Amino acid sequence: MNPYLSRKYIIGGIFSLIILIYIIRLFFLQIVDQSYKLSASNNVLRYVTQYPSRGLIYDRNGKLMVYNEAAYDILVIPRQVEPFDTNQLAKLLDLTKEQIAQRLKAAKNYSYYKPSVFAKQISARNYAPLQEQLYNFKGFFVQTRTLRKYPEKIGAHVLGYIGEVDDELTKKDPYYNSGDYIGISGVEQSYEKVLRGKKGVEIFMVDVHNRIKGRFKEGKFDTIAIHGENVTLTIDATIQAYGEALMKNKRGSIVAIEPSTGEILTLVSSPGFDPDLLVGRNRTENYDKLKNDSLLPLFDRPLMARYPPGSTFKLVNALIGLQEEIIKPWTVFSCYGGYNIGNFHMGCHNHRSPLDLKHSIQHSCNAYYANVFRSILDAPKYGSVENAYGLWRNSVISFGFGQKLGIDLPHEVNGYIPTLSLYNRIHGNRLKSLNIVSLAIGQGELLMTPLQMANMTAIICNKGYYYVPHVIKSTSETYDTVQKPFLIRKYTNIDSVNFEPVIEGMFLGVNGDDGGTGRIARMPGIEICGKTGTAENPHGDDHSIFIAFAPKDNPKIAIAVYVENAGFGATWAAPIASLMIEKYINDSIARPALEKHILERNLIDAQP
Amino acid sequence: MRSPKNSIWNDLDWITIGLYFLLVILGWLNIYSAVFNEEQQHGFHFGTRYGKQLIWIGAAFLIIVIALVVDSKFYSSFAYIIYGLSILLLIAVLIVGTRINGAKSWLVIGSIQFQPAEFTKIATALAMAKYLSHYSLKPEKFKTLLVFFAIIGIPTLFILLQNDTGSALVFFIFILVFYREGMPSVYMLFGLLAVALFVLAMLFENYIIIIILEILALLAFYILYRRQNETLIAALIVGISSVLVWLVITYFMPDASITLLLLLALFFSSLFFVYILFKNKLNGGFIILAVLFSSIFYAYSVDYFFDNVLDGYQQRRIKVLLGIQSDPYGAGYNVNQSMIAIGSGGPIGKGYLLGTQTKFKFVPEQSTDFIFCTVGEEWGFVGSAIVLGLFLALLMRIIIMAERQKSKFSRIYGYCVASILFFHVAINVGMTIGLAPVIGIPLPFFSYGGSSLWGFTFLLFIFVKLDSNRTQLIT
Repeated sequence: MNPYLSRKYIIGGIFSLIILIYIIRLFFLQIVDQSYKLSASNNVLRYVTQYPSRGLIYDRNGKLMVYNEAAYDILVIPRQVEPFDTNQLAKLLDLTKEQIAQRLKAAKNYSYYKPSVFAKQISARNYAPLQEQLYNFKGFFVQTRTLRKYPEKIGAHVLGYIGEVDDELTKKDPYYNSGDYIGISGVEQSYEKVLRGKKGVEIFMVDVHNRIKGRFKEGKFDTIAIHGENVTLTIDATIQAYGEALMKNKRGSIVAIEPSTGEILTLVSSPGFDPDLLVGRNRTENYDKLKNDSLLPLFDRPLMARYPPGSTFKLVNALIGLQEEIIKPWTVFSCYGGYNIGNFHMGCHNHRSPLDLKHSIQHSCNAYYANVFRSILDAPKYGSVENAYGLWRNSVISFGFGQKLGIDLPHEVNGYIPTLSLYNRIHGNRLKSLNIVSLAIGQGELLMTPLQMANMTAIICNKGYYYVPHVIKSTSETYDTVQKPFLIRKYTNIDSVNFEPVIEGMFLGVNGDDGGTGRIARMPGIEICGKTGTAENPHGDDHSIFIAFAPKDNPKIAIAVYVENAGFGATWAAPIASLMIEKYINDSIARPALEKHILERNLIDAQP
Repeated sequence: MRSPKNSIWNDLDWITIGLYFLLVILGWLNIYSAVFNEEQQHGFHFGTRYGKQLIWIGAAFLIIVIALVVDSKFYSSFAYIIYGLSILLLIAVLIVGTRINGAKSWLVIGSIQFQPAEFTKIATALAMAKYLSHYSLKPEKFKTLLVFFAIIGIPTLFILLQNDTGSALVFFIFILVFYREGMPSVYMLFGLLAVALFVLAMLFENYIIIIILEILALLAFYILYRRQNETLIAALIVGISSVLVWLVITYFMPDASITLLLLLALFFSSLFFVYILFKNKLNGGFIILAVLFSSIFYAYSVDYFFDNVLDGYQQRRIKVLLGIQSDPYGAGYNVNQSMIAIGSGGPIGKGYLLGTQTKFKFVPEQSTDFIFCTVGEEWGFVGSAIVLGLFLALLMRIIIMAERQKSKFSRIYGYCVASILFFHVAINVGMTIGLAPVIGIPLPFFSYGGSSLWGFTFLLFIFVKLDSNRTQLIT
């Protein structure tokens, strides 16, 4: 009756086949393939970062140096934007209409659904009127950020600044996301991990329009932001400010160290800049301005500038001579208005002759040190000048020269102590002590940073050892770990007994009855020991150098002052060092005339 | 003797009715979940979609009662009249209908919105059953095929005019019904060839299709006559004439297209071929030639149809489905999001009311066309497979019921019901898992909407009624 009955199986088969194919497909979609689950959580979860407040920075006396102030980023989600009054928004955000259109376009190009920063760092003052009006601008909302603030505009180089993390780093370090802030220089950089705290995250579920629909699993996976640790620096804000004032309109640096600990009291780089310039909306603009300034205000001179040490280096040669028993404190050399051998002449200034060790320091006799240096190099016990030079160089390096000291600030440079191979290249393997006699008086190829010079001064105070100079005094929690490397004494090759005559010489240099090169630094009531130096500068006037410490017994401060292109060491560097010491020890200035003289002097504009 | 009242009660197919209610309840639970919003729990509310759906489910009971109370003979006797009325309704919609979501397919009377297309499915099924059950029907006659296409063509045309492509395509599934009733298999073959060619024409350049068709024609020739020599000669002729034409043409027309070359070569080689066929009296070869040329013509028409008849969005949807175009935020967005939602369900799902993708509206049209996403996300693979299994069980049950009818009309109507339900399930679920084009047609009993629920209910329960009289001859 029904010839096509068997076709019911074909139709039933088609139905079953399709359903079976669908079930297999579902099996792959739902069980085998995991990528859809990931896409689903990307779809639905929004991670809202909770930014911790950055740690505060105090000076050694608990004076606040850096704090935070709330600032407000305006974010926009283009998809949620409804037509708005461009003029009003332009006025509120202090932008032009074109900027608004342009930024909105940029945000759209980035993403229609994700928020992007529309205006950065609106100050609290501008934010108040904006907040009242923000409901008129659908799709715009606010994210609170913090800005660094500086109660006193000092220590820009030490403190450093923060800025947006670059894209390179966001790829390398998963902690950072694009738009996060990170310390870029100074303490902000070297203690970034301490200061930054820990970001928190709130996980929200959002719908297709990016509207928040609730917390993911009732906030079970949320983490709260942990604010950054506060940091106390070894810097003394008072003398830091004073040093910056003294160095105003001068080029150079001041480094002061507490010798007994290696704690840095002052790091002045002049000309400096107002740290506020590198905060907030105008940061980029200001940065470019500072970067293009011919006086290089961004250049951190104490750590990065390299100068020959000049006569201050005689101290090192004296110490090596004593240690190697080439000279004794009572060894005398004559000075005939300089050092003359055959055609060679090294000048000296007028002083009595002959001099013993301490008086040679007092009067900074060039001839004395030419003799000392050559005696070391030519001493028969070393076998050759090369051997002697190698030994001498090792001793110099034991003072921390020619290498990074390891200060807890970025960008420190090595300095330079010439190697034997350099001289062998120059002198064709026939090195004579006379060839390099300028090393005796700190000239020649030597290059030191002001930090290294201050450290050398601290070594003299400590009679033979130093602690790595550092700016961290304590942090609120992780003190031990950050402090550890700075608790190790580093010894030089010089025995402590050999420092006595050198210190005596430095004392006489400032306080000697028959005058001394550093007598201008004399301060009644404080036993200042010092040594002048003049670094020859092939590009212009010599640099004025003065290193000093005080008091003579149980020194509290070791200081190195460099004033570029200021001529003889005593003229500018010595009084500045003296005033710094007075300010630090007495906390007041009893020499207002000298102070006025320094404060008002402009050594930058005076130059041709 | 049983009383008549008892009789219908006992003769109802309770398996079908049970499956129906199971699906309707599952459907409502999913609509509730799709609409459910944790933040705005107003309690139960008839203004919400799940509230309205509940009202419509209630109203569906009324439809069930009507479908069961009406005498079986009525459906048979009035089949053509009902069909005619439904066409009139379709015309009415075109004139006074309301446009919702781009399709002018709604009649709005007071607060009631109604889609006549749903009713048309029933009417066409009845008319089809009536026509195919005619005692003198000759399925192998070409005239039968024409009438068949007329019955489904008229509603298709009007529904297409309403811009409701999805519903219009439903009627073509009646091919399965016709097939069951004796449609020559060759039509089925042609149908499959047409579909395959359509896909190929979309995927490949025309010249590749011509080459494929030529090879197929040669194969067919060989299989038909087992003549190795002639087949080889024919292949050589095609090849040589291609090269010759290529040489000649490139000399005169340096920038002629490959397709043109191939067509000309084919034309010349066909002349030789016709000669061979005549000589050897191989008449079957002419049919192969005819099919070859009409296939090429068809491939060109597909291109023309695709580029000039289909709307841009339809073109995109087909291209996305065939993998020609990737467009996760445009035409592919719905499907992509839908697959994410279903895929994220995993083996056992996220739990009822706990879906995130569907809840937060990443999937559009989630309570209507994409309701299956909610199933997939919240009930996982197990739930999805069970739902599909229930649909398959219903389809199989309907086939079994259809085959037990004494009356041809009832059997054919049964197949119509099964085919319509199958088409909806296949397309609707298929599009949510990226296996079918995005054609907006509802998932029977699941998708939100009164018209579709009532339509499917009525469609099914007419058959339940017919089945209750399965031992009678209904003409």
